[in-house]
Amino acid sequence: MVPVATFRHITIGQYIPGESLLHRLDPRTKILVTLLLVVGLFFIDTYLGYGLAALYIALAIFRSGIPPRFLFRGLRPVIIIILLTFMLNSFMTEGEILWQWGFLTLTKEGLSKGGMLAIRLILLIVGTSILTLTTSPLALTDGLESLLRPGKRIGIPAHELAMMMTIALRFIPTLLEETEKIMKAQMARGADFESGNLLQRARSLLPLLVPLFVSAFRRADDLAVAMEARCYRGGEGRTKLKQLAFHTTDFLVLVGSSFFVLWLAFSM
Amino acid sequence: MSIEIRGLTHTYNPGTPLARTAIKNINLTIEDGETLAIIGHTGSGKSTLVQHLNGLLKPTSGTIKVDGVDITQKGVDLRSIRWKVGLVFQYPEHQLFEETVWDDVAFGPRNMGLSDEEVRSRVERALAAVDIDTALAERSPFELSGGEKRRVAIAGVLAMEPSVLVLDEPTAGLDPRGRQDMLRQIQRLQAERDLTVVFVSHNMAEVATLADRLVVMERGEIVMEGPPKTIFAQGEQLERIGLGVPEMTALMAKLREKGWDVPDSVLTVDEAEEAIMAVLRREARVGTGGDL
Repeated sequence: MVPVATFRHITIGQYIPGESLLHRLDPRTKILVTLLLVVGLFFIDTYLGYGLAALYIALAIFRSGIPPRFLFRGLRPVIIIILLTFMLNSFMTEGEILWQWGFLTLTKEGLSKGGMLAIRLILLIVGTSILTLTTSPLALTDGLESLLRPGKRIGIPAHELAMMMTIALRFIPTLLEETEKIMKAQMARGADFESGNLLQRARSLLPLLVPLFVSAFRRADDLAVAMEARCYRGGEGRTKLKQLAFHTTDFLVLVGSSFFVLWLAFSM
Repeated sequence: MSIEIRGLTHTYNPGTPLARTAIKNINLTIEDGETLAIIGHTGSGKSTLVQHLNGLLKPTSGTIKVDGVDITQKGVDLRSIRWKVGLVFQYPEHQLFEETVWDDVAFGPRNMGLSDEEVRSRVERALAAVDIDTALAERSPFELSGGEKRRVAIAGVLAMEPSVLVLDEPTAGLDPRGRQDMLRQIQRLQAERDLTVVFVSHNMAEVATLADRLVVMERGEIVMEGPPKTIFAQGEQLERIGLGVPEMTALMAKLREKGWDVPDSVLTVDEAEEAIMAVLRREARVGTGGDL
């Protein structure tokens, strides 16, 4: 029952309620700072720069009050990708040879480049996780909608995008639960999801995927009917229970972080 | 084939803040050939319990012996246990996936590695057992009605020809007619194939007509156990844990309150009729029937 258990470790979009400074920030502030950080990380190319960025992220983690192990748990599913990036860069970059075995050559430049890319990936994932861990999905989509609103004039359907995101986030746990249930039902009929070669394994997923898609479409239909029955007709003239409010703290965090990240990006 | 459960406890997400003990210290023996009903409120641990019977869930502690084999031990071939103990999930129609009804029912037998001929005869028998016309066999399961889909899904488990059939709320979401048919088919199967049947239910009338023995669960524990007549005679205790008694049993209790001399073990409409007629006849003989 290995595959059934693994679903429980997925932390994407998970939110941990709290009262920290980061929790109380306006979601727009957090989205903008995160966006800036993500872009900024791609401009840094010295270890000192990454060190400073890591320090900044560590400070954010500390202020958020979220146990660091939670953040590192989110890294587990992508550890293979990070390792692969590191290995490929270490062995494929030309330069001063440190170690050689057959066609494999480890170079000094490669090691340095691979290490930097691995750190960049880790910081990207941890940095963005802070956003989702401290912001409820509802606040997140509210913030996104508000930020996208100016784009309405050039045809960006801000409200609709935000609504789709809310629904998608809402249904992740439901679909995981459904997957587990269908998997068990097929296992009760002797289905085997764990052995065989790649092709056999892919084939063995059919009894899982078909019912899952059928149920996803059924749920989508039901939801659409339920929304229409309650006269939902999009964002026009819709008011909000919780108004977003931009405070002095938001201003300070936004300006401070922007200056810091921009300085990092251009001088490191 | 009998199943023996000793000291069964299951905790979900052990060692995390989300840890929750769904069932604790369950001791239960399911006898060969009996029809056992498990009743209880939502969240009382019924579904968790039945998923242990074929090894889909591993107990946190305790043992489960199927036909003398402890399936909680390492190295037990769980697939062969699942062929002996057929489990029909709640809303089994949600698991249909094949292009035709026939192929879907054949999924289990094919996984067992049976010959084409054996698969064919098993699918035919299974479809017949749930009253699905062979004319439907070549249709897509997604074109069928809700009740037909459910029956095809059950046929998918029956085709493995298990000795124990476990059904988790087999009549949930069916109309009264569908319910009746489903119950009749289960009864017939039990008799024809000498099956051991375990089913989970919310419906007291259904339990009363079908089961030889009842197990009542509350908050992960077995609180009552015995034949339906004994259990339903304890209406007050059932009501305290949020369950009722069959309508006819409740009616008899009301009549008794009003002074009628009717038994407390009445479960079905037929039995109720008999009990009421008996009282009326007695009254007529004595000649005081009028004042009731």
